[in-house]
Amino acid sequence: MIAVVLAIVGLWELYHWIWATAGWTWPFVVNDTSMPHVWTIFKAFGEPAQVNQPSLISVLLHKTAFTAKEAAAGFGAGAVIGFVLAVLLVHSRLLQRGFLPYIVASQTVPILAIAPMVVVWVNPKLPGPLQGWGAVAVIATYLTFFPVAINTLRGLQAADPRALDLMRTYGSSRWSVLWKLRVPSSLPYLFSALRLSATASVVGAIIGELPTGLQDGLGGAIFNFNQYYSIEPQELWATNVIAACLGIAFFLLVVLAEKTIVRRAPEHVA
Amino acid sequence: MSSASPAVVRLERVTKTFPRGNVTALQDIDLELRPREFVSLIGPSGCGKSTLLRVIGDLVEPTAGVITVNGKSARQAREDGDYGIVFQEAVLFDWRTVAKNIALPLEMLGWDRDRRRARVREMLDLVELGSFGDHHPWQLSGGMQQRVAIARALAFEPALLLMDEPFGALDEMTRERLNLELLAIWEQTGSAVVFVTHSISEAVFLSTRVVVMSPRPGRIAGIVDIDLPAARTAETRDSPRFFELVTKVRELLRSRGEHLLPEEAAALE
Repeated sequence: MIAVVLAIVGLWELYHWIWATAGWTWPFVVNDTSMPHVWTIFKAFGEPAQVNQPSLISVLLHKTAFTAKEAAAGFGAGAVIGFVLAVLLVHSRLLQRGFLPYIVASQTVPILAIAPMVVVWVNPKLPGPLQGWGAVAVIATYLTFFPVAINTLRGLQAADPRALDLMRTYGSSRWSVLWKLRVPSSLPYLFSALRLSATASVVGAIIGELPTGLQDGLGGAIFNFNQYYSIEPQELWATNVIAACLGIAFFLLVVLAEKTIVRRAPEHVA
Repeated sequence: MSSASPAVVRLERVTKTFPRGNVTALQDIDLELRPREFVSLIGPSGCGKSTLLRVIGDLVEPTAGVITVNGKSARQAREDGDYGIVFQEAVLFDWRTVAKNIALPLEMLGWDRDRRRARVREMLDLVELGSFGDHHPWQLSGGMQQRVAIARALAFEPALLLMDEPFGALDEMTRERLNLELLAIWEQTGSAVVFVTHSISEAVFLSTRVVVMSPRPGRIAGIVDIDLPAARTAETRDSPRFFELVTKVRELLRSRGEHLLPEEAAALE
């Protein structure tokens, strides 16, 4: 982990140094604006973004908490919706044939294109405390449910046919086959989807903030700092670092959950 | 158990045709299994012995004929959990411990926790895995896994145990040891057993009767009563009567003029 961070920092500075010294202009001109030094970026955390305001890091942490709330709500809702969809689909060929194409088609619509619509449609319906961020969570849900639904469906279908026979010999109901066999054997599939979805939900939350004009999250901060990039590039980069950390934190939480929940032979780990 | 029929399993003119390729897997099979009987089904690949087992267990529906298990229809018997089954692979659930695997059918039957725990303990001792209850299946050898599968199949004391080449994937040494263990377990539980195997010596050693089947269409070529002494030991395999019976089964297999597959040829050695 630390080695990876050091390697990225090292490569960044090495690239900066070689390109700047050699004066290469392809693919882009390297200077302190296009690639601010790592120490400049980290120094920016401690300084206020605007005069008479708290330090950048404390502003960013507040915004991160806000975006994390959107992403977590979207991730949770998406995971539940995806899981329930998969359970319904595995039990009905008819539903599978009728529904699956639409589920797949839903993901071909670019998220940026429908984000404003979601805000227009969903936001007025939301109760007061959910106003604004709730609509963004819906966008994160939209990115999350799909991998969960598709992977879980595959996982539920991947139950060992002999184990299904075994459950039949106990006269098991569909319900007990689902919970005692299908769901446990789908967990590795479910978790590989959740790992994908964890980062996707953060992406969805940040992107969702752009067309909503919300200023409280990381998406708003990225939009803002982008406009001042030519003067203070380190502030946008600092925000990017924080956004990356948020995505990584989500990912690690899922990995941690998987480690505690999934007990199985080492060679079976997906 | 129904008083109208003392038979654990009764098959009357059972026929199974698979529509794909129009294969007749079973034709007019009549067979009756009494309580505490140990019946082996033997025959070359494609003779329908596994299909016959699956038909008894209502995992495959017959095309024609009547199957009675414990005095009920095969469907009813399956839904009531009247039989235990062991496949060639142990088919254990990786996410459950050995103890929880054995408890699975008991959970399905709605036993409470204390009763389950007590029975699992008994079963672990029965298959001599007393200290492995908290292990996970992948930590056990193939032979141990198969013993767990047997414990799981017998945990709820079914009147009938169906075994589909349960030791087929194990090495010869393990297989012979498990043969002896199976007999000891059978002695204690008193279930009737239907045992599918490729091995003539295994069939003769274990059974009270050996049903020899022939392929295309699958039917019963003959039945050999095994009149070896009830208490079988490792020495039983060296007795002259054992060899006579093995020869008898082998000749029944040969008399059908069927080509034997390599594993069956090996079993004749």
